[in-house]
Amino acid sequence: MALNPFKFAAPAVFYPLANRLIPWFWTLTGILLALGLYWGFFQTPDQLGGNNAQKEYYRIIFVHVPAAWMSMWLYVIMVFWAAVGLVFNTRLSFMMANAVAPTGAIFTFLALWTGAFWGRPSWGTYWDWDPRLTSELVLFFLYLGYLALHAAIDDQRRADRAAALLAIVGLVIVPVIYWSINCPDPTQCASLHQRSNLTRIEGNILFAMLTMTLAFWMYSFATSLMRLRTLILEREAEASWVQELLNPRGGR
Amino acid sequence: MKARQKRLILIGLALGLIGLASALAITALNSNISYFFSPSQVIAGEAPLDHVFRLGGLVQPGTLRRQGNGLLVEFAVTDNRATIQVAYAGILPDLFKEGAGAVAKGRLRPDGVFQAEEVLAKHDEEYMPPEVAKTLQTAHAEGVSQTKTPPTAESAGASH
Repeated sequence: MALNPFKFAAPAVFYPLANRLIPWFWTLTGILLALGLYWGFFQTPDQLGGNNAQKEYYRIIFVHVPAAWMSMWLYVIMVFWAAVGLVFNTRLSFMMANAVAPTGAIFTFLALWTGAFWGRPSWGTYWDWDPRLTSELVLFFLYLGYLALHAAIDDQRRADRAAALLAIVGLVIVPVIYWSINCPDPTQCASLHQRSNLTRIEGNILFAMLTMTLAFWMYSFATSLMRLRTLILEREAEASWVQELLNPRGGR
Repeated sequence: MKARQKRLILIGLALGLIGLASALAITALNSNISYFFSPSQVIAGEAPLDHVFRLGGLVQPGTLRRQGNGLLVEFAVTDNRATIQVAYAGILPDLFKEGAGAVAKGRLRPDGVFQAEEVLAKHDEEYMPPEVAKTLQTAHAEGVSQTKTPPTAESAGASH
């Protein structure tokens, strides 16, 4: 039995699949979130040492870093579906991009917000125009711009294409965010934000952080699929399968 | 050629251009719009004298002095090549300490002292409990003193 991936590009086929997947993603979100938070609060050191002697407040890492990662990954996923939509003219691809965007925007905001509350006790400021912080803020505006542009155009297909183009052009910021602190020569990338290096994080801290990242992934799948379900119903409202779904007794 | 293939090529070209734009932006970030100036850059005259800029580096051990009520502080910022004296009136952040990284925003006074309006602490990317961090630092110091290799960019960056 060969699986035909294009079969699921049809909204009528994808809708029931999304319905079946959503509860599973929510369950996984709950389990991973509970595990990640328990580990982050009770199985990790109370404070750090060396040249990073942070106290209890370092635990913001368990929300901040996963949220910042998700903000970038979800943008790439959104651009992927936008590009697929533009090339193949598939309705569902545009809907996918549209469904991912709000979750990406929320994670970007969460990264900026938790970062501000982390920066105040550790660096001494809520905000500074450092390359990392500034480029992440630009990403937030790109998400908002994508959503606003899509909402501003009444014709669904034109809105899809215009917003998709904006998303693709905005992809320029993602490598900038990454390289703003991870450039090959550390003396060249001057920033307030420290570099990132997973090998220099203690095992328990790393475990809690990665568990939270997985939880955020599952949350992203769950919310995106729920949004997608609504989008499919809205846009395919005239289709016969939606009519049948809404009126199972067949009164059209 | 099908319309779909044309669109695929167009999107591919667009992505290529975006990659190029990213590379240019990153190069710009790395060179002339750097977030802070190092003491050597300031000594070399690369920092602006007529307006506010940021000075970044390590707080030189043994240079932190508090005056009067403790709000007036002086310390030296170094990049292990050049050193600049910094004067600041205000509360220092929690992670500010000698030997660690700091970023000061302010102006260079005519007498060569950097008058800071804001001092921020810069910490490293090591998330280790105190005991482990101490062992690592000792091991690192021993490794450095034993090998006696000239300091590379990597080891200079790892220290702040």
